[in-house]
Amino acid sequence: MAVACVLALAFVLLLPRAGAHGDGPGRDGGGSGRGSAAADEHCTAPEQQTLAPSGADGPTISAIKARRGEKRKLVVGVDQNSYRWGYRNPNNARAELEGFDIDLVHRIAQDILGDPDAVQFKAIPTNQRVPAIQEGRVDMVVRTMTITCSRLDEVAFSAPYFRTGQQVLAPRSSAITGYDASLAHQKVCSAAGSTANSRLTEDRGTGRLPASTDISLTVPNQLDCLVRLQLGEADAVVTDGALAASQAAQDPTVTLKGAPFTTEYYGVAMKKDADDLVRRVNQILVQYRASGWQASYDTWLSATLGTDAAASRPPAPTYRRTS
Amino acid sequence: MAMTPTITAAPPPPRRTAFAEGLDRLRAAATTEPGRLRVIGALLALLVLAFGSVAAWQTTDRAAAADDVLHKSQPLSSAAADIYRSLADANTAASSGFLSGGQESAGTRERYERDIDTAAAGLVTAAESSDPGSPAAASITRLNTLLPEYKGLVERARTYNRQGFPVGGAYLRYANQKMQQEMLPAAEDLYQKENQRLEDDYADATPYPWAAIALGVLALAALAWAQHRTYRRTNRVLNHGLVAATAATGIVLLWLVVGHGVARAGLDDSYDHGVRSLNVLHDARVASLKARGNENLTLVARGAETVKVTADGEERTVDRYDHDFTADMAVLAKGLDRAADLADDRAGRQPVTAAEGNMTEWRKRHTAARDQDDNGNYQQALALVIGAKGSTGECFDSVDDHLDQALAHEQRQFLRAAGDGRDAMTGLPAGAAVLAVLAAAGAVVGIGRRLSEYR
Repeated sequence: MAVACVLALAFVLLLPRAGAHGDGPGRDGGGSGRGSAAADEHCTAPEQQTLAPSGADGPTISAIKARRGEKRKLVVGVDQNSYRWGYRNPNNARAELEGFDIDLVHRIAQDILGDPDAVQFKAIPTNQRVPAIQEGRVDMVVRTMTITCSRLDEVAFSAPYFRTGQQVLAPRSSAITGYDASLAHQKVCSAAGSTANSRLTEDRGTGRLPASTDISLTVPNQLDCLVRLQLGEADAVVTDGALAASQAAQDPTVTLKGAPFTTEYYGVAMKKDADDLVRRVNQILVQYRASGWQASYDTWLSATLGTDAAASRPPAPTYRRTS
Repeated sequence: MAMTPTITAAPPPPRRTAFAEGLDRLRAAATTEPGRLRVIGALLALLVLAFGSVAAWQTTDRAAAADDVLHKSQPLSSAAADIYRSLADANTAASSGFLSGGQESAGTRERYERDIDTAAAGLVTAAESSDPGSPAAASITRLNTLLPEYKGLVERARTYNRQGFPVGGAYLRYANQKMQQEMLPAAEDLYQKENQRLEDDYADATPYPWAAIALGVLALAALAWAQHRTYRRTNRVLNHGLVAATAATGIVLLWLVVGHGVARAGLDDSYDHGVRSLNVLHDARVASLKARGNENLTLVARGAETVKVTADGEERTVDRYDHDFTADMAVLAKGLDRAADLADDRAGRQPVTAAEGNMTEWRKRHTAARDQDDNGNYQQALALVIGAKGSTGECFDSVDDHLDQALAHEQRQFLRAAGDGRDAMTGLPAGAAVLAVLAAAGAVVGIGRRLSEYR
């Protein structure tokens, strides 16, 4: 009996340490470059790097459920500026956030805490999504967040819940034709810390984008780019097609130029070690794709993205991550 | 010879200066008693006239500076404070309007419009009295450019808000950024420059007119000496002309010292009890406005902006706007404390004490609102901040109203004290000039009486 106890204790003590050791090279300051390079080598389909679904409670979910009274809420980082995704309709008397992302949040809260409204929304700027998760300011981020290899080093993602791609948005009258040489000598706006911003920086470095393209204008939120575009302080915006369509829906004089030049997937981001929560969200997504997804799409997105949801529907999930 | 300039004679002996010639003539005249009397009479008249004109000149300068304090620089400093206040208030009203949704209340809209009007009118007043090319003019031009830009952004925000598009919120954030990072600093700059001008006018109005006082004393001493000399030579005690001259000079000197002394006391009083209180109250009002703006933005941004603070050796991430709110409230509390110390009567202290009470309640309600928001009850938090009853908005309005009353009271005190000060110098320049002429005439007549005895 005593031996069994000692063995169990040793096991418990050793496990986290082994885990920490395994993460070491990737997390150390000096090794981070090598770490992400290593991740890139293995990382061909980041949207598949997630854990298999499971409904079992673990330490993360238990901690959320242990919240009492007013605090018994799921703390979720969202956007309040993405039309039809996560936004506050000024004409909605109850001042509640609404949109496609917000529907999913309510569904997750319903499943974990039994109440769709047991949510505390925190609006976070694009470049704060990862820090907010790492510092534990939020339990998860549901905020049109693209699953990328570099982000997988910092946070854990659920299976994809939406498919999109980067696109160029510009005034209808503009000579810009898409993500190509027509962007030469143009000022392109993107959100700080966004996929679009990293992509622009990378492509200008490799020469896919003309060197004369000015990509210095970055703003806290992709919607701020529409403001700059309308004021003539920017010539074009690069952002996810889904969000670009939201911007175009707010201003009929701007339009999407050219086809999406990437394929990306939105996922729910959580803390890297919150395995039970990741599995649980994947479980919820299995059900959500079957019932709920289409209804939410019809309510919020069919007007801006078209009634046919085929291009936006995520692929059948693959769960490649094992630990 | 003069027609043939090519032929130059040896240089003529150097011309004697008029001064040397005059001195010689004086020396010659001083050998006889009538000559001496003429010189004494001329010197006395000159001295008294010099005293009169220096006194008139110095008091004119000081009276003009006192008039500037009262009618120009202080109103301008107040106007600059008003510009700052109305800009900050407009921004707060705009964010309140956004918080209350697409249909902002008529009250919020009117408040915003009134603030913009006040700021625009204040800028016109400030522009009229600023010298072209001065640093104040540069701030005014900058604000004149930014104000329509700002207003345009807010109008777009409203229009989009009404249509239910979130890009309205993005416009409001941009407008807020313009206000915080460009307009308010320019307005603060203007306020500081106008305040500097006020300090300069005070510095011009209050120093003692030492040159005039010294000349006055010298003139009196010379008159006394002349009378003493006459007495020694003639045994006559009184020379009417010289006595009249002495009396007139004495009156001017007394008037100068007392009049300027009273004026100086009034101006010092207007500074200590008016301007200083006004500055402290203006600063407190601005702090309360900033606090209110940040309180609103905490709910507009919903945690979108954070700062890292180190408290008790522990680094924590806190909401930027709430963090700024706490700092602004501390400034407000300190300002109200100082304002209460500076207030020198019940009427001045009463509104400040009332504002302190409002501030305490404001903090209490703010804590309750933050608790609600931190627990995810956004609507309840919203009601506690912009609701019609029991909200922090009520407390802010009360603080603002009471500070307005206190400012009006201190402004009245300033006007009275500075007005008294300036009035104390009324007539002094003209009086000094006229009396000095009379005194000079007296001296000449007095000496003339003695001279006539030699004919």
